[in-house]
Amino acid sequence: MSDNDADAASVPSIDRVSGAGIPVRGNDIDTDQIIPARFMKVVTFDGLGEFAFFDKRFDDQDNQKEHPFNERRFQDASVLVVNANFGCGSSREHAPQALMRWGIDAIVGESFAEIFAGNCLALGIPTVTADEETVTELQTVIGDHPDTEITVNVEAETVAYENEADDRTVDVAVDPAQRTALVDGIWDTTALMKSNAQATEATAADLPYVQ
Amino acid sequence: MSRGTLYDKVWDRHTVTTLPNGQNQLFVGLHLIHEVTSPQAFGMLRERDIEVARPDLTHATVDHIVPTADQSRPLGDDAAEEMMSELERNVREAGIEFDDPTTGNQGIVHVIGPEQGLTQPGMTIVCGDSHTSTHGAFGALAFGIGTSQIRDVLATQTIAMEKQRVRQIRVTGELEEHVGAKDIILTIIRELGTDGGVGHVYEYAGEAIEALDMEGRMSICNMSIEGGARAGYVNPDETTYEWLRDTEAFADTSDHEDDPERFEELKPYWESIKSDDDAEYDDVVEIDGSAIEPSVTWGTTPGQVVGVTEPIPDPAELPEAKRETARRAQEHMRVEPGETMNGYEIDVAFLGSCTNARLSDLRAAASFVEGRTVHPDVRAMVVPGSQRVKAAAEAEGLDQVFTDAGFDWRSAGCSMCLGMNEDQLEGDEASASSSNRNFVGRQGSKDGRTVLMSPVMVVAAAVTGEVTDVRTLSEVTVA
Repeated sequence: MSDNDADAASVPSIDRVSGAGIPVRGNDIDTDQIIPARFMKVVTFDGLGEFAFFDKRFDDQDNQKEHPFNERRFQDASVLVVNANFGCGSSREHAPQALMRWGIDAIVGESFAEIFAGNCLALGIPTVTADEETVTELQTVIGDHPDTEITVNVEAETVAYENEADDRTVDVAVDPAQRTALVDGIWDTTALMKSNAQATEATAADLPYVQ
Repeated sequence: MSRGTLYDKVWDRHTVTTLPNGQNQLFVGLHLIHEVTSPQAFGMLRERDIEVARPDLTHATVDHIVPTADQSRPLGDDAAEEMMSELERNVREAGIEFDDPTTGNQGIVHVIGPEQGLTQPGMTIVCGDSHTSTHGAFGALAFGIGTSQIRDVLATQTIAMEKQRVRQIRVTGELEEHVGAKDIILTIIRELGTDGGVGHVYEYAGEAIEALDMEGRMSICNMSIEGGARAGYVNPDETTYEWLRDTEAFADTSDHEDDPERFEELKPYWESIKSDDDAEYDDVVEIDGSAIEPSVTWGTTPGQVVGVTEPIPDPAELPEAKRETARRAQEHMRVEPGETMNGYEIDVAFLGSCTNARLSDLRAAASFVEGRTVHPDVRAMVVPGSQRVKAAAEAEGLDQVFTDAGFDWRSAGCSMCLGMNEDQLEGDEASASSSNRNFVGRQGSKDGRTVLMSPVMVVAAAVTGEVTDVRTLSEVTVA
């Protein structure tokens, strides 16, 4: 998957994402935590992955702190599981870019800040929601069995997880526009909207303030 | 479903079409850009060989990385210089107007738009910055976007969005003396939560809002996002129109003789997009403005707020979902339940940011500075929101008032609000800050402690060395 596809025709459908999980617990995890501002002094998104949650992962001497993103058992994870109001604060797309470049392809959470969810959609990263109990349970299962295979099914609005102890499928919610956009492969909106140039001009012409 | 609100009307007027994914394609009336979130978007356009659709409706400034002390080029920080150069190249190639620091018009993006009259009622305004909600103070529909969306807007002058619910927040009554817009919005976020506004646009109304000047309305709309609402607005009225008349967009100046006529041409549109008297809202929340105290944060989210004389809550008594966050926040801030924030020692006083660095903020703050001096253990700085604010303040002698008292008087930029330039907290310093976010690490040090408050409260803290109820300032013995 690339975030820079040349035209709408090459935007892939994302009806499901499968992989190992990684839990990051806590409500109101803001985008300053996901990517501290000093790492945004760059003109591309390349290389942001290593700075995801940097200040939560390293102390002043760059020694590792306790954080799931540091744990060896979660290094191959692609499904992030979080709690409420994840991604609040700054609109920086650097946050989902850093997570994506670290290896995250889908996020399951209790709720997401709006701009963050929109930024994820623009990168083809589903943000699906479930109630607190379901999310906490999933975080516990992943903690106990890091090899749990998780499938976020965007189309069916379910999350399935399977390990030697469990084989379960739970219902999740996907915002309807997000679901359609991902499943139909229309989440990269540039080319799509560019094709409506004439209607755009007509709308602008009808606005008294546009000269 | 809301009906007849400003949001509904502006949304409808700007809708180009409904996209196959169910989102609306909205026309964007003004696209503001800055150096941090736009370079990657220009990069994406180059990769796709797409030109900027409407450079005439795009306006650039530099604010996040710009130093507030020595701005000579090349900038001392190589990374900052690279971002500045990249922006210069992008605006030059696309033909976008750029208020660089040599123009005298540079400043924080949410300060310069309104002061130049770029921000007008009934517009859609976007910027790659979550505090774009500020512009809603003029009755515009304004919200922050991510970089991929900036690419969309540069390429098409439109954006894909879903319609949101509209919550009217009525702030009734008259504010107490020395209580202001910042205290109102901190109280709103405290009441409705940091995620209370998700999926909503906030319409601010009621006597206490109507009585505010434009700067106050901007402070409130600015922090809508801290309450989870991507956009917030106030319906335009005479206060709005007075501000607009004074900007170069509409003032009768020698080189723009027809501008007052333009004002009269546009006014019917502005009047037409106001919320109807019988508009329907998805919900209405009422807050008693007369009961609001000078407010401060005690924790590490902008919803962890108390009145300055009110006890800090016991996490055990909070709803379960908030307990763990509250415990961690109190540990980080080193505060105890039952204490008040009054008396909390501070090391730094920061008067600045897109929330509170406009001329009226500086005037109000200066009125408490006269005759006092900054506490010897405090480093205090004033960072005007724009070069114009700085010049206007200097013309009134405010710079002298601040510097005589021991404040550092800096140049315009985002500065210590987010610590992307040299202005940062060090170690576990505590700051009294007029900015908008008290997140851990926000002001440049991950052990730093931020207490959000109004500009006059920042001054009170600066002169006493601790969080201080500004209403008692005259009785406090200052160092």
